[in-house]
Amino acid sequence: MTEAATAKPVPVTVLTGYLGAGKTTLLNRILSESHGKKYAVIVNEFGEIGIDNDLIVESDEEIYEMNNGCVCCTVRGDLIRVVEGLMRRPGRFDGIIVETTGLADPVPVAQTFFMDDDVRAKTELDAVIALVDAKHLPLRLKDSREAEDQIAFADVVLINKTDLVTPEELAVIEEIVRAINPTARIHKVTRSGVDLARVLDQGAFNLERALENDPHFLEHGHDDHVCGPDCDHDHGHHHHGHDHHHHDHDHTCGPDCGHDHHHDHGHDHAHDHHHHSPGAVAAIHDLTVKSISLRGGEMNPERFFPWIQKITQTEGPNILRLKGIIAFKGDEERYVVQGVHMIVEGDHQRPWKENEKRESRLVFIGRDLDFAKIEQSFLACQATEKTPA
Amino acid sequence: MPLMPTVAPLDLEGHVVGVHFLGDTPFFATAAGTIHRLDGGEKVEEAHQGLLTFVRDPFSNSLLTGGEDGKVLRITPDGSTTLVAEAPRKWINVVAGGPQNAVAYAYGKSSFVKLADGTTKEFTEERSVEAIAFAPKGMRIAAARYNGVSMHWVGTNAPAQDLEWKGAHTGVTFSPDGRFLVTMMVENALHGWKLDGKAGDARHMRMTGYPAKVKSLSWSPKGKWLASSGAPAAIVWPFAGKDGPMGKAPQELGTRANIMVTQVAFHPAEEVLAIGYIDGMILGVRLADGKEALLRRPGKGGITGFSWSADGKRLAFASDAGDCGVVDISA
Repeated sequence: MTEAATAKPVPVTVLTGYLGAGKTTLLNRILSESHGKKYAVIVNEFGEIGIDNDLIVESDEEIYEMNNGCVCCTVRGDLIRVVEGLMRRPGRFDGIIVETTGLADPVPVAQTFFMDDDVRAKTELDAVIALVDAKHLPLRLKDSREAEDQIAFADVVLINKTDLVTPEELAVIEEIVRAINPTARIHKVTRSGVDLARVLDQGAFNLERALENDPHFLEHGHDDHVCGPDCDHDHGHHHHGHDHHHHDHDHTCGPDCGHDHHHDHGHDHAHDHHHHSPGAVAAIHDLTVKSISLRGGEMNPERFFPWIQKITQTEGPNILRLKGIIAFKGDEERYVVQGVHMIVEGDHQRPWKENEKRESRLVFIGRDLDFAKIEQSFLACQATEKTPA
Repeated sequence: MPLMPTVAPLDLEGHVVGVHFLGDTPFFATAAGTIHRLDGGEKVEEAHQGLLTFVRDPFSNSLLTGGEDGKVLRITPDGSTTLVAEAPRKWINVVAGGPQNAVAYAYGKSSFVKLADGTTKEFTEERSVEAIAFAPKGMRIAAARYNGVSMHWVGTNAPAQDLEWKGAHTGVTFSPDGRFLVTMMVENALHGWKLDGKAGDARHMRMTGYPAKVKSLSWSPKGKWLASSGAPAAIVWPFAGKDGPMGKAPQELGTRANIMVTQVAFHPAEEVLAIGYIDGMILGVRLADGKEALLRRPGKGGITGFSWSADGKRLAFASDAGDCGVVDISA
């Protein structure tokens, strides 16, 4: 191998969010605060970035459809070029940040880092961050599909400008975000004032790290994902130190779903329903993105792999993200999968721990997905299921 | 056992974008922006704050560069640089040399041609310009873009002649006789157009099957062959017939197991191809019989550029790890 090929891939953070959501403020913080790291930033326009930095590159958003007959296989041509240029002198920076325009579809940006071999060889998509303006989100969702896509696609959602709304309004915004994306980490902030350690170097697309950061992936209720500005972000271990109860509401809960979200987690939720329509959320806007959280036992790989191949091939355009941990029968290691549209990646992650329940969990976020059919076909991949005649 | 030709190494810092001979002097350009010329010892010029592209002007004895600093420079054999154009805060990674000292460059959705009299003509496209080539005859440019190529006569305001083919075109070259135009694509393929056909003739040439993107193309001295990178062998397409490579299989030269070819360059007079690989190895291969000669053993980085001296006795090479050099094959 050549020296260039063995170098550690440079992490790339994608920053999405509507105009006015606070992206520039966050970028300025990343560029000016002393965290000991240097970032190259790819922006659409220099605009209001008040910092003189020769690692800020202006780039015209250029979406290229790959000529392979797949309508969702799009990449950002300008990023291929700029990243290639940047990576010829990798010693200058520790990471790359891609700022998208307010209306941008985050998917081609992310797919560039999976579909382009040259980009993929030298960089690694770290996380997609969505900034949401707490005050204007309901309006944005009414206007456009992009606002919804940005949240649906994100690994981390920053609900910004929380000082401009009442606690009740904020609770609704949080429910909306959670309804669109049940797996994202949410931080509520003002003036983009998030601890940068919760935005940078997240490893959200890294199969080894993605779910390790979130050891209770889908096990717990969603409100222990939500971190306020003063949270020390050890991900809720203060209430996970107890004997494991099964918090089976691993789905999208609306404010009307009936269970108390502000309890102290000491009791069991007995219900196990899925993707019910969140009332207050629906009242604000008829969300087009929905999600399903699937849970099953040990899987038969000979059924699971053809199944996930088929579902991503046929439903790819409608799938924004998928993430999961799969237990295969007779396999001593956890298998993690993740996907963007038709791109699916999977790998063994680590051995199952002795006290860990060997079950399979998978989340789909997308549009127009037949959740009943997906769930049924997923469960049919279980090793205990008889092969259908 | 044939003797290895002698290699005079030149170790530079970091990624070297390319190398070109002017007369007997090889010029190496680093991504950092320095130009190193071997002219009775190594001489260094700081040209750019970050250099993105380094090309030979085929119409004059000079080189052209574009940089992260928004500058387009011309470099003459004595090593001096002159500023051709400047677009502050734009990355210039597309530059081409044309007749009568014209220089084309591009950023965003525009191509610009700076003429010798100091005037600049702008041609706008609907999508970003990825590459520009001057036609071998006449003041005409081809701008590669998404879904095809736009051809403009620089001296007129006539509408562009559009050559359409779905997909993103990232590189462009005319055959030496001007009969064919070939593009490199984002997907692992080349696309060609026959330019001299009659209306209604089949004009498209699809050249596919590459396992990687094609980054390097080279026409043989009389334009009978087009060599390309993008596979663990040099893929050489026949262009001698009136329909180019249509219906014909390419030659595969210098095949190695899983080691990708990154650069190709035809000898200026003979049908001999220099093939550079991602591990730094260089082979010289004769088209007539496929006979191979090892010109350099694997090095630290992949080969990023080649240039033959005009007499064909020396081959300069650049590498992405900085380990460059000049191979003397006159012995």
